[in-house]
Amino acid sequence: MRFMDNHKYLFHQLPLLIIALFFSVAPVFAQGDANVNEGKTLFVGKCQSCHSGDMKSNSTGPALGGVQGRWEDKEKLHEWIRNNTKLIASGYPKAVEVSKISATAMTTFPDLTDPQIDAILSYIDAKASGKLDAPKGDAVAAGGVEASASQNNIMYGVVSFILALVALVLIYVNFNLQRAAREAEHVKTAPSLPVYRNKTYLAIAAIALFIIGGYFTTKGMINVNRQINYQPVQPIFYSHKVHAGINQINCLYCHGNAWESKTAAIPSVNVCMNCHKTIQKYNGPELKDRHGNVVDGTREIQKLYEYAGFDPTNAEGWDPSKAKPIEWIKIHNLPDHVYFNHSQHVRVGNVQCQTCHGDITGMDEVYQFSELSMGWCVNCHRQTKVNFNVDSTSGNKFYSIYEKFHNDIKAGKMDSVTVKDIGGLECQKCHY
Amino acid sequence: MSNKYWQGFGEINDPENFQKNVRDEFREELPFEDFDSKGLLDAKAPRRDFLKYLGFSTAAATLAASCKTKVREAIPYAFKPDNIVPGEAQYYATTFVQDGDVVPVLARVRDGRPILIEGNDKSFVKGCTTPRIQASVLDLYDKYRITHPKQRVGGKLNEVPTFATLDKNITAAIKSSGGQIVLLTSTINSPSALKVIEDFKAAYPAFKHIQYDAVSYTGMLLANEASFGKKAIPAYRFENAKKVVVSLGADFLSSWLSPVEFQQGYALNRKLDEKNPQMSKHYQFESFLSMTGANADERFNHRQSETGLVAAALAAAVGVAGVTAPAVSNAKLKAGIDKVAKDLLNHKGQSLVVCGSNDVNIQLLVNAINAAIGAYGTTIDWSAPLNYRKGIDKDFADLLTEMEGGSVGTLMIYGANPVYTWPEQDRVKKALAKVKLKISFNEKQDEVSELCDYLVPTHHFLESWGDGEATTGSIGFMQPTIAPLFKTRQWQESLLVWAGNTESYADYFKNYWVARLGGESAYLKSLQDGVSFTAPAGLSAGSYSASGLEAAAAAVSAAPKSSKKEIVLYQSNALGAGTHPANPWLQELPDPITKITWDNYAMISVSTADELKIDYKSNDYEYYPQKPVISIKVKGKELKLPIIVVPGMDADTIAIALGYGRTSALGATYVDEYTEDKKVGVDVYPLSSFNGTGVNHYAVDAEVANTGKKYKLAQTQIHNSYEGRIEVLRETTMATFLKDKTQYSDYANKLYETYTGKKNATRDDYVKAGTMYREHAADGIKWGMSIDMNACFGCGACVIACHAENNVPVVGKSEVLRYHDMHWLRIDRYYVSDEKDPNELKGVIFQPMMCQHCDNAPCENVCPVAATNHSNEGLNQMAYNRCIGTRYCANNCPYKVRRFNWLDYTGADSFPNNQDQTVVGKLDPAVFYMNDDLTRMVLNPDVTVRSRGVMEKCSMCIQRLQHAKLDAKKKGEPLSDKHVRLACSSACAADAIVFGNVNDPESAITKEREDNPLRTFYVLEQLHVLPNVNYLAKIRNTDEIIADDDHHGGGHGEESGHGTEKHEAATAEEAHH
Repeated sequence: MRFMDNHKYLFHQLPLLIIALFFSVAPVFAQGDANVNEGKTLFVGKCQSCHSGDMKSNSTGPALGGVQGRWEDKEKLHEWIRNNTKLIASGYPKAVEVSKISATAMTTFPDLTDPQIDAILSYIDAKASGKLDAPKGDAVAAGGVEASASQNNIMYGVVSFILALVALVLIYVNFNLQRAAREAEHVKTAPSLPVYRNKTYLAIAAIALFIIGGYFTTKGMINVNRQINYQPVQPIFYSHKVHAGINQINCLYCHGNAWESKTAAIPSVNVCMNCHKTIQKYNGPELKDRHGNVVDGTREIQKLYEYAGFDPTNAEGWDPSKAKPIEWIKIHNLPDHVYFNHSQHVRVGNVQCQTCHGDITGMDEVYQFSELSMGWCVNCHRQTKVNFNVDSTSGNKFYSIYEKFHNDIKAGKMDSVTVKDIGGLECQKCHY
Repeated sequence: MSNKYWQGFGEINDPENFQKNVRDEFREELPFEDFDSKGLLDAKAPRRDFLKYLGFSTAAATLAASCKTKVREAIPYAFKPDNIVPGEAQYYATTFVQDGDVVPVLARVRDGRPILIEGNDKSFVKGCTTPRIQASVLDLYDKYRITHPKQRVGGKLNEVPTFATLDKNITAAIKSSGGQIVLLTSTINSPSALKVIEDFKAAYPAFKHIQYDAVSYTGMLLANEASFGKKAIPAYRFENAKKVVVSLGADFLSSWLSPVEFQQGYALNRKLDEKNPQMSKHYQFESFLSMTGANADERFNHRQSETGLVAAALAAAVGVAGVTAPAVSNAKLKAGIDKVAKDLLNHKGQSLVVCGSNDVNIQLLVNAINAAIGAYGTTIDWSAPLNYRKGIDKDFADLLTEMEGGSVGTLMIYGANPVYTWPEQDRVKKALAKVKLKISFNEKQDEVSELCDYLVPTHHFLESWGDGEATTGSIGFMQPTIAPLFKTRQWQESLLVWAGNTESYADYFKNYWVARLGGESAYLKSLQDGVSFTAPAGLSAGSYSASGLEAAAAAVSAAPKSSKKEIVLYQSNALGAGTHPANPWLQELPDPITKITWDNYAMISVSTADELKIDYKSNDYEYYPQKPVISIKVKGKELKLPIIVVPGMDADTIAIALGYGRTSALGATYVDEYTEDKKVGVDVYPLSSFNGTGVNHYAVDAEVANTGKKYKLAQTQIHNSYEGRIEVLRETTMATFLKDKTQYSDYANKLYETYTGKKNATRDDYVKAGTMYREHAADGIKWGMSIDMNACFGCGACVIACHAENNVPVVGKSEVLRYHDMHWLRIDRYYVSDEKDPNELKGVIFQPMMCQHCDNAPCENVCPVAATNHSNEGLNQMAYNRCIGTRYCANNCPYKVRRFNWLDYTGADSFPNNQDQTVVGKLDPAVFYMNDDLTRMVLNPDVTVRSRGVMEKCSMCIQRLQHAKLDAKKKGEPLSDKHVRLACSSACAADAIVFGNVNDPESAITKEREDNPLRTFYVLEQLHVLPNVNYLAKIRNTDEIIADDDHHGGGHGEESGHGTEKHEAATAEEAHH
C-alpha cells in the first residue's frame, strides 16, 4: 500500500509540474509598457466599437494608425477626442475636415484625462507599428499542457489495471496454495462452489452493482436539464471570435445591460447597425461552422440587413423603426426559481465575463461553457473574495457596515472576506 | 373588572369547547371512518389502489422530469427605447382617478408592464394608497374589459372595425336623434377634460353635462351652499384636529370622501410620543360597527334615522342658537352627547365634527356645530375646497324625468352606472329605452352598457393621459405607463373627434397644460413629478351664515321615526360603491370587521340574533361556515341574505354592503357556485331611496324573518388561532397608561428575570439564555420591523400590496371556505369588551400579522429538508424548491403565518392536469381568471410563482431587500433607509409599519424602537422565539382605568398565562442543560 500511495502521488504531481514549467515561461510574453497596456484597456473599452482594432482599416470611424502624425497640434487632438462637437463648432479646420470622413458623429468622451489620451495614442502607435503582435507560442504551449495531462491519465489507468490484474492473480495463487496446504494436512473443507453460485459473491456483486448503478443514475438524473456544451444553431452565424476576439469590441458595448440589470440582454438590431451600416462586407479570416463548412461572412451580414430592413445601396434611406427583431436561440437557461443578476457580478463583483462564459473571444459559435449548476455557483461563492473596504481608501463602501469583519481583519483573525462570509451561500440570496 | 379580548362569540361564551375545536386545522370531516369497522382492503382507497397511485405518480414524475428540454428563444428589441433597461423596474408618476377620487401614485413598470402601484412621495397626499388603488393595476389586465368599440345592430353588439367608421356613424346618429345631448358622468375634476366638455358644448349647443355619483354628497354640497354660498366641500384637516374628532356616521378612514388623506392626517394625532403622551380623542356616533367606528375611542349607537336627532342634540349642547335640544330617550346616547359637547367646547379650534349623512338638514346642523366649536379656519379649510364629489342627486332625478319625457336624444355615459346604483333601477331602464342614442364609454360591460347602442370603451387610467384637480390648485397628472392593450380610446378624445376637433387628446392635454403652467418645461416637470400644487397660503374659515338652520332643525325633529328594524347600506372597505366589483384581490380581501371574503351579508346585532332565534353563542355558529339566511322586507321588496352577528351594533339596525350582486357579464370572478343565480352577494341599491333632494342609503320599517336556510360565508378570522396562548395583544387606555407607564416594560423585565434567573436581566441576557439555538450573528445587516397598533386602522392596503408584490395567489371562495387562504399578511381583528357582556364593546384592535422572522425560529428545526432556515440578516428564509410540503413548519409556528399551496392555484406546475377540476377538486373561476395569460402580466418577474405543495410566507419582500443592497453596492455607499421600501409599509397611509436595518443607528426602525421603549412588545415573547418584528401597544384614549388584576396589559386568563410562561421557560431550560 505504501508503494501505491507514492505511486499515486507521483502521477498526480506530474501534470502539475509540467503546467508549472510552462507557466514560469508565460509571463515573458505578457510583459510590456504599462502605459500601452492602459491605453489598450481604454481603447478596447471606448474606441474599438467604432475604430478598427488593427489600426489599418476603416470601420465606422477611420483607421487610427499614424493619427498623431496627421494632427499637427497635439492639444487640439486631445480636445477633439474629448469633445469633437465643440471643436467642430469652433471652426478648427482640421476638425471640420475630419468630421466629414464619416457620416456618423463621433461620441464625446469628456471624462478622459490627458494622460489617458496619451496612453491611448501610444497604444495606437505601438499597435500600428506591429510591435504588439504577440508571438504564436501561447496557444501551442497551453495545448501541450493539456495533451500531456491526458496522456498521463491514460498511463495511470493502464498501470492501475495491470496492478489490479497482478493483485487478482496473486490472490488466486494464494487461495490455491492455502487449499493445497489444507488438503496436504487432510483438513476437511467444504466443496467449493463456482463463483456464480456462491451467495457471498453474488451479494457482493449485487451491492456493488447497486452502488455503482445508483451513483451513475443519480449523477445522470442530476444532469437532466443541464445543458453544458449546448450549442444551438443561431439564425445568423454571428461570430463572437470575430467581434470580441479579433476586433476586440468590449463585451459591454453590446451587452451593456449586464452593467445595469439582472439580464445581460442581447443587443437590439440598431446596436448591430451602429457598425454594420458601414461594415458591409466580411474580409477577416475564413469562417467555418462546427462541421467545418465554410461560412460566407458577407452573406451573414446580409441576413442582418434583412432583419434591419436596410438596403446597403441606399444607406441614408434606412428607417430603423421598420426593423424586425432577430429570434436568437437562448443558450444559457437558468431555472425559473433561480435569481441571477449580471450587474451584481459584473459591476459590483468585477467578475470577468469569461469566468462563466468561457473563452468567448475564441468562439465562432457560442456554447454553454459552464455547468450553471448550483454546486458550480456555490463553489465560486465559497472562494471568491468580495471587494471589501479593508480600510477607508479601498473597496466598496457598502461593506463598511460589516463591523465584525473589519475588527477581525484588524485583529488578524481573517485576511479577506469571501462571498460566503457575507451570506452568499444562503438560500434566499438566489431563490425567492 | 378586567377586559376580555376575543375574536368570536364561541371564544367568549364557551371557551372550553372553543379550544377543543381550534385544535383541528380544518373544519371538515376527514375520510378516516372507513378504517374503523372494515379492513384496509375494503376501505375507499385500499392497498392495491394505493400501490397503483404510487406507481403512477412515480412514473409520471419520472416522465415529467426527463422530458426533452424545450428550445427557448431570446428575442431582443428591434429598436430598443433609450429609457428601458430590460430587467430593471422603472417608476412613472401617474394619478389614480376613479369616481372623482384623485390620488397621485407611482406605477412600478417592469419591462413595459405596470405591475404595482405605490404612493407618490411628491404628492399632496404623501406616499399613500388604499386597497382599491393597490388593486387597480389588476383591472388593467382584466380580460373582461371591452376590447374594441361595438355597435348594436339588431339587438346584438357587433364590433366596429375602425374608429373612423364609428365616428362617422355616431356623428350621424347624434344629428338624426335630435333632442338634448347629455353627457352623464361620475364627478369629473380633470381641468382639461372639463375644457373638452366645454368645447363639445360649443359644437353642440343642445348639450348638457350631468355629474352623478353612486354615493353622492348632495346633502353636504347643498348645506354648504346655504351656509357658505358655495356648492362645494371644504378640506378637512384631520391633522389639526389634535384634540377631538367626532364622526356622525362618517366612515372617514374607509370610504368617506378621501380616506387616504384623512387616514394620514388622523394618524398623526393617534401616534403617541411616550415622553409627552397625547392623542386626539375620537368619538363615533353610528348605527353599525364601521371600520372608522372600530378605531374610535368611544362609540355611541343609534338608529340611522336618529342621526338628525343626535346632530340636533349635539348642536344644542354646544350652544348653537336657534336649535332646541330634542328629547333623547336612550340614556347612554344622551350622556354621550353631553360628554362630547363638553369636550368639543373645551377644545375649540382643535376639534372637528364630520357627518356621513346625505341629508341637507343634518349637514346644516353639523355646519352649525363646526362653526360653534371654531372648526372653520382651523380644522376645516375653505381655501382649497375638495373636488372629489360634485354630483347632485336631484340633477339626475331631473334628467330621468326628461328622459322619460323623450326630450333627450343622445345620452353619453362615462364612469356612471345608474341602472345599478340609482334606487329605482327599473325606472332608469325604462327611461333609457326612450333615449334614441345611448353611448357608453365605460371600460367594462356593466348594467348600463348592456342597454347602450354604442360602446366606445375608454382606456384604463394606466394607459391614459389625464389630470385630476383634487383640491383647487392641487393637480395630479396622469401619463400612460403602457400602450393601450386593446382597441380602446380615451373618452375625452372621442368627444374631441365628435366635436370636430382633429387634435388628439394627448396634444390637447399638453397644449392645455403648457399654456396653464406657463411653458413646456413646467409641464414636463409636473408630468414627471405626477403632481403640481401650491400649498395654500393659510387656512380660510369661509363666511358662515346660519341661514336655514332653524328650518333644518325643525325638519330634523319632524323626520319620521321608526320602531321596526332599520337597514343601513354602507360602502364596504374593499369594493366601495362597486365600481370594480370583479377584482379578485379586492374580493378576497377580508372585511376589516367581519373578516368575510367574496360576499355581502347582513350584519345584525346580538339582540336581533336573539329575536331571530339564531344561536350565535354556541361554538358551532363560528365553527361551521353555514350561516343562517334571513329575509328582509322593505317597501314591498324582499331580499334574502346570510347574517353575521356583530357586537356593538345598534340593536335594531341591519347593515349591508353596497356594490355586490352584479351581472356576470362583469367577469368570471363574478360567478359563485353557491348561489342559484351565480352572483356574488346581493344587490341592495334598490333599498335606498330618493327623497326629492338626495338619495338616502338606509331604509326604515324593515321586517326580518329567519328563513331557516343556511348559506356558506367564507370568513378568515377563525382560521388561525394561537391555541389559547396569550400575550398576543397589548392594549390599554390612556388613563391606565398614564397611571402605570412601565407596565409593558415591567412585564418584559420580569420575564427576562424569571427566564434567566438573574436580577435585572436585560433583553440581551434573555436572548442568550436557555437556548439550544446557536447565536444568530447578523454581522452587517439585521432587518427589523415595527408596527404601531395605534396607527393601524385595518384597511388592508398592505394586504393587497403584498398580493401584488409577491405574486400571492387568489384561491377563490370555495378554497377560503376550506381554510386554504394564502394571504402572507393578515390583519387580525380583536374585540375588546367587558368580560361579562360581549356586546358592550369598548374597542376593536387591528393587528397585522405576518411571519415574525424569529431568530430562534421554531419552524426551522422541524423541517426535514432544511427548506426553511435562517439568513445572516435576521430573516427566516423559505426555499420553495427545496420544500417537500410536510407542513411541520406551519404546525410548529406559534403565529400561524405559514401558508400551504394545497392546490395548483397558479398553474405553475409541470403537470398539465393539476388544475383539472375533476381530478383535484373544484377551483373557483377566479383562480382560472388569475391564470389567464393577460392577467398574468401583473405578476412580478422577480418573485417565483409557487407551484402546488410548498409552504410560503412573508419573505420581507426579499427581492426588494436584495435590490436595495445591490443598489447601494452599485453606488458604493453604505446601506440606509433610502434604499429600502417594503410593499406593505409603502402602501400604508398612516405609516404604521416601519422597516429597516436594526444595526444602523440612524435608521427609522432603530429610532422607532428607541423612542418607544414603553410600548414596544413582541408577540408571545415568553416563547423565546425572538421575533424580529415588534409591535407598539395600542392605547385607547379613554379615562377608564383597567384594573390590574389581570396579567399586565393584555391577555385573557391569568392562570393559563403564567402557567404557560413558566412551563415554556422550564422546557427551554431543560433543553439547555
